[in-house]
Amino acid sequence: MDDVSFEVYEGEIFGMVGPNGAGKTTTVECIEGLRQPNNGSIQVLGLDPRKDSNPLRQRIGVQLQESTLQEHIKVWETLDLFSSFYPKPVDWRSLLEQLGLTEVRNTAFKKLSGGQKQRLFISLALINDPELVFMDELTTGLDPQSRRVMWDLVKGIRDRGKTVYLTTHFMEEAERLCDRVAIVDHGRIVALDSPENLIRSIRAENRVIFAIEDTIDLQRLKSLHSVTRVEQNGERVSVYGHTEQLVSEVVNALTESGIRFRDLRTEQPTLEDVFLTLTGHNIRN
Amino acid sequence: MRGLWKLTWIEMKLFLREPMGTFFTLVFPMMLLFLFGSIYGNKPTSFFGGYGTVDVSVPAYIGIIIATSGLFSLSITMASYREQGILRRLQATPLSPHAILISQVIVLFMMTTLGLILLVIAGKVVFALRFGGNVFNVIIAFILSSFSIFSLGFVIASVMPTARTAQIVAMVLFYPMIFLSGATIPREALPQTIKQYSQILPLTHVVTLMRGFWIGDSWSKHFTEVGILSALLVIGVIISAKTFRWE
Repeated sequence: MDDVSFEVYEGEIFGMVGPNGAGKTTTVECIEGLRQPNNGSIQVLGLDPRKDSNPLRQRIGVQLQESTLQEHIKVWETLDLFSSFYPKPVDWRSLLEQLGLTEVRNTAFKKLSGGQKQRLFISLALINDPELVFMDELTTGLDPQSRRVMWDLVKGIRDRGKTVYLTTHFMEEAERLCDRVAIVDHGRIVALDSPENLIRSIRAENRVIFAIEDTIDLQRLKSLHSVTRVEQNGERVSVYGHTEQLVSEVVNALTESGIRFRDLRTEQPTLEDVFLTLTGHNIRN
Repeated sequence: MRGLWKLTWIEMKLFLREPMGTFFTLVFPMMLLFLFGSIYGNKPTSFFGGYGTVDVSVPAYIGIIIATSGLFSLSITMASYREQGILRRLQATPLSPHAILISQVIVLFMMTTLGLILLVIAGKVVFALRFGGNVFNVIIAFILSSFSIFSLGFVIASVMPTARTAQIVAMVLFYPMIFLSGATIPREALPQTIKQYSQILPLTHVVTLMRGFWIGDSWSKHFTEVGILSALLVIGVIISAKTFRWE
């Protein structure tokens, strides 16, 4: 990591997003006090993770990337064990319930599903009622449905007044979940803002796509105020433009001209486009 | 402290849930006892200085239990906890990192002791095991031997990168040791050259010490064993302290 400087606000979901190997885990481990940075300064909840690692660990919750537990340890034993490490733990039985683990309380760790394991790790991260919760690649390896469950859980944690710091290489996850996002690539932060502002900042076009059965006068669509360009590929027409009124203008124009259309949908730029625009390469490769 | 005790209690339960460790620490030595006891009986013979086969085998088998706990259980558990990120997860809590190591030593020492107790009871009940020593001396020798071999297990866990390699190294050390140290085959029955070479095996000194104290030898007769095992303990602790990695 090089020249990385940022601030996380109380009560927000802060996301660090970027491809694997961008330096997200290194950064988060320095903040958690699990790794020593070569230089620079870090302050977490008013503490220096290098010097005050023990008081800090009492106030933060940590979910590590690719971590496991003892194969034969049961769910309730794990929670019972971890609560004994903290002076004022929350009642782990209520955590079991909140995270939907009551039914597997007597199940050994190795027999849990991927989603159940992650929910157990979340409950471990919450067992000391932390002010700040770290989640490193929370949903990697989970199916789409479990991923959505995780997103709701994380939002619930924030709604209870805690600050959440998460890392992910899923742009969609960052966009849906985070209040603010730092985009990292090759050990640097290339942008940091709310997902909405980041998307607005690249001034990418919205797109309206529909199919027509008859011929269409493209010129009429091109002359619309919001439209920047129009493309036709067989019966599929794509209309590009910047403003929010793009859809209504296009639909009005089509209805007024009596053109019959179907399968109309819109495409907004996403964080994925932001990443592509800012780094010049796709996050997946 | 509460964290240490809770961790120790859970690790104890986890040990007993792992069939391999439980079998080799608690059951296997008794099986050896029943096997050789039923073949040779326990009649006093001049070959063993007036003691029977079982009388000299029980203290020797204690060496097998110590080697199983220290070389296998300890090194493989620690190496796999590191490999699987369990150590790292525990490190992210306020629990002292040493608590993890201490709890392992406590659990394995207690299991080794349990193995010893079962073996002695079986020997007494089935083969009228004789004991001619001082209980206090035997306990001290047992503690020294256990911690000394455990420190060797920690060195393996520290130096080997994965649980798999730790297991291989443990095997390479374990098998020659149990056959050549006198732990399974009495030293009286080993050829002279093997007896000489086996002096480099730490377990040889464990077996010699345990057998000696079992029949009532004095400390002065076993300065060599006590010295070597103490040195191994100190060196093992120093090497592991310097090389042990958490991830």
